[in-house]
Amino acid sequence: MSYHDLTVREVQDEIIKEFSLFDDWMDRYDHLIEEGKELPVMDEKFRKSEYLVEGCQSRVWLYPEFTDGKVYFKAESDALIVRGIIALLVKVLSGRTPDEIMDADLYFIEETGLRQNLSPTRSNGLLAMLKQMKLYAIAYKAKKES
Amino acid sequence: MINKSAVFDIDKIRSDFPVLSCTVYGKKLVYFDNGATTQKPKQVINAITEAYSKYYSNIHRGVHALSDISSEKYESARERIRSFINASAKEEIVFTSGTTASINLVAFSFGERYISQGDEVLISELEHHANIVPWQMMCERKDAHLRVIPVNDDGTLHLEDLDHLITEKTKIVAVSQVSNALGVIVPVKEIIEKAHEKNIPVLVDGAQGIQHGHVDVRKLDCDFYVFSGHKVYGPTGIGVLYGKREWLEEMPPCQGGGDMVERVTFEKTTYNELPFKFEAGTVNFVGAIGLATALEYIEATGMDNIVRQEADLKVYADERIKATGGIRVYGNTQNKISIISFLIDKIHPYDAGLILDKMGIAVRTGSHCAQPIMARFGIDGTIRASLCFYNTREEIDILIAGIEKVKSMML
Repeated sequence: MSYHDLTVREVQDEIIKEFSLFDDWMDRYDHLIEEGKELPVMDEKFRKSEYLVEGCQSRVWLYPEFTDGKVYFKAESDALIVRGIIALLVKVLSGRTPDEIMDADLYFIEETGLRQNLSPTRSNGLLAMLKQMKLYAIAYKAKKES
Repeated sequence: MINKSAVFDIDKIRSDFPVLSCTVYGKKLVYFDNGATTQKPKQVINAITEAYSKYYSNIHRGVHALSDISSEKYESARERIRSFINASAKEEIVFTSGTTASINLVAFSFGERYISQGDEVLISELEHHANIVPWQMMCERKDAHLRVIPVNDDGTLHLEDLDHLITEKTKIVAVSQVSNALGVIVPVKEIIEKAHEKNIPVLVDGAQGIQHGHVDVRKLDCDFYVFSGHKVYGPTGIGVLYGKREWLEEMPPCQGGGDMVERVTFEKTTYNELPFKFEAGTVNFVGAIGLATALEYIEATGMDNIVRQEADLKVYADERIKATGGIRVYGNTQNKISIISFLIDKIHPYDAGLILDKMGIAVRTGSHCAQPIMARFGIDGTIRASLCFYNTREEIDILIAGIEKVKSMML
């Protein structure tokens, strides 16, 4: 989990650098599929409707844990390219404090050309997952402060 | 003299549709999402531009010249639609915003007039959500029940069940002419005959039927026929409800407003005659004019030519798909239009769709707004390539190459 030693910006810059090596969309998708393979397979017990994020094109599950003031995410999808994008979001946002997650400006989405995959019209669960990650951060922060 | 409609020049036809010469991601567009919406020929685009730039004015209201022209064009459009589906009278053609609005109108108004507690509405398992949810909502309101004709493994309807599914409680039957998710053609004529034996009216959802073959509502003897303009090369936001006069006369309007009234006082309002009773407010008359132009385009191209070209594309696509390993086709029957709904091995349809998109190939992936039929096959969705007469064999070859690329990346 070396990514936790880097800041949110540093991880994003790293991702952008990797993506800049590809000028072809198929290579980018290949790279995403590889990224997805690095994401640990989510245990069946977490693949329940309560952790299912809405999306009618593909399904995404998100499970949060709050340990030592930081939020850790487990995530899964039934589509491989979506899984790759999930892996990136987890890399950037998992293991961060609620404030870091809430304040995160995720410019890597734009700069890697993945924006259209997180558009509201795609309905693939990714945008909903991102919103849900931020909501968990808000909830944990509120819980901690109370 | 050569019969104009007998000439089918694919290059000329493709040049009529500006979007077909687009490139996406630097690739030539292969547009195989015609089931979702069709592209528009320049004749339709020009008719819309002309309406807004040469004679635009509100219909049925003005005393002035432009209003007269708009009204006249709008009513001519109605006549064009009447003749296209061979309805008996213009009064039986109601303009709506689309298939969804047409079905909602019938579900509401028919429901208000004819449905009571314990009554039944019969639909089929392969319906689009637009031909499920409006009936469900009405059944909930009226404490009535929705009954469903099941689907066989090949995607055809299990019509053997029809005799016991149509009961003395059935008040209306609503079925698709063609399944949007599978492309399977439904034997609506047979269903109508069975229903009529018991005096039960039938609504035919022609959203995927009108653009793929001749429709004659009098021959079909359907009681209602609905379709959308945008799926038949016309503009978005315009649709048609055909209804037999005897039903439309009896049904109450579902929206109140201008133009649908005869006389309004605060004590009582009397309604306008058909079809205006169902056209409250300013309707999309420019859309109606555009739709009429689209139907003229189809007539000029020749529906027989369209049917022949699409049949050829279907046969070729079937052959190529069959020869490609690892593909499962849903709706495995010969009685289909040029829609191929399929899955590639264990590959998620969304992944396949993303890769095909980047190759310039536009397909639809997912449940196609027909979740019950997907559930029937135990899947979340498919990849749907929906072809029409302006598509080509070369484009099918590009799709097959795309499928091979998807396999090489995902397996």
